[in-house]
Amino acid sequence: MGLFLRQTLTIAAKDLRSEIRTKEALNASVSFSIVILLLFSFAFEPSSEQTHEIAGGLLWIVFAFAGALILNRSFARELVNDCLDALVSSPTPGPALFTGKAIANLVLLLIVELISFPVFGIFYNVRWLSQFPLLFVVMFLGTWGIVVIGTMFSAMTVNLRLRELMLPVLVYPMMIPLLMGAIQCTTALLNGQGLGGEAAPWLRLLIGFDLIFSILAVALSDTVLVG
Amino acid sequence: MSAAALTVDGVWKYYGDFPALRNISFQVGEGECLALLGRNGAGKTTLLRILAGLSRPAKGRILISGADARAPETRRKIGVLGHGIAVYEELSAFENLHLFANLYGIRDPARAAMEWLERTGLERVRDGLVREFSRGMRQRLAVARAFIHNPALLLLDEPFTALDDRAIAVLQGLLRSARAEGRTIVMSTHQLREALELATRCVLINRGKVGYDGERTPEMLEDPSWLYRNYGEG
Repeated sequence: MGLFLRQTLTIAAKDLRSEIRTKEALNASVSFSIVILLLFSFAFEPSSEQTHEIAGGLLWIVFAFAGALILNRSFARELVNDCLDALVSSPTPGPALFTGKAIANLVLLLIVELISFPVFGIFYNVRWLSQFPLLFVVMFLGTWGIVVIGTMFSAMTVNLRLRELMLPVLVYPMMIPLLMGAIQCTTALLNGQGLGGEAAPWLRLLIGFDLIFSILAVALSDTVLVG
Repeated sequence: MSAAALTVDGVWKYYGDFPALRNISFQVGEGECLALLGRNGAGKTTLLRILAGLSRPAKGRILISGADARAPETRRKIGVLGHGIAVYEELSAFENLHLFANLYGIRDPARAAMEWLERTGLERVRDGLVREFSRGMRQRLAVARAFIHNPALLLLDEPFTALDDRAIAVLQGLLRSARAEGRTIVMSTHQLREALELATRCVLINRGKVGYDGERTPEMLEDPSWLYRNYGEG
């Protein structure tokens, strides 16, 4: 278990260090999120009830699309110099490699989300700071779901010529239940309701989705990585 | 032959319907150096990828010291030097070696990384990013990456191709040391003379099939093309 954790954290640290040095995915993802939030703010009246109704949906669609930019790079960066071969031929088990990459992707996407939230609050006149602890729980659960599915499909599509196109096409349909749960929970929180009552089943859906797909992804990681 | 360090038993591999490897079987004893020979497209790289655990055979099995090639304990014993240098451009030389030392579970990864930077003459650029390195420096770093965990079995795919003089000297020195220490080497190459000088055995692959499997003979050293003339196809 000690070596597994060491290998997992080594992979996560390597991916984060690489991304911090190149900022390839992070810059694109942050810019994309801010531009989309800005453009949509022109379409809706910031003080209207409608804005509060669609707030959760808008945020999670932005996060899902911004996530694709990060997830596409996750395994693609291993193609340069055949680095993926060195990782797969090392004694690093598939689950450690997968989990390390998922952790790095989670951190990067959470950074994008934490930058997007204040921008969203300003452009849409939504007060979210008072609900931040619960919002962060929902953000974490929703983001982990995006990252788990996205990292697995990033590995599966890494050798495809049209991987930038194929990843979203494959991943978004699978994310629908996750996004519905995250949208409903976020909308409830932004409207001043808690996560009890109507939001509770959606929160359970989020947790269940994360658990099932985490187990599946870890179980299938060796099969996916070795052709 | 000494105890088998590597057993290749009835291995088949298909690309679509095309059989790239057809019932390949041979053994390599501990401490032996096997030259894996064959024309372009014969299946050498495909076989080496299967030996390295990077690809699965359609049929047959690979045993390394009697254990499955994909088991983590087995992979700890293998060092792979393939066509790509397999080091990260945006990390420093030290960070690259430290990363792989960690993945191989080496007790003191920083010390191992420094030791191999010194052995490959890269200690002065330890903190330089690989993307700023010359081609020769990258190649030496790749050699250090493949050897850092002192593997018992070395799998080398065209190891001398595209190396500069200094990298060739480093690699030849390391391979001689590896042989003296009783490590097993499997090396695919087109550079017959260099390979045959180092090899104790040869396996020639013709269109996915074993054409020759045996000791390296004096005739091969005198005339490196002897093997292809007598056992090669076409």
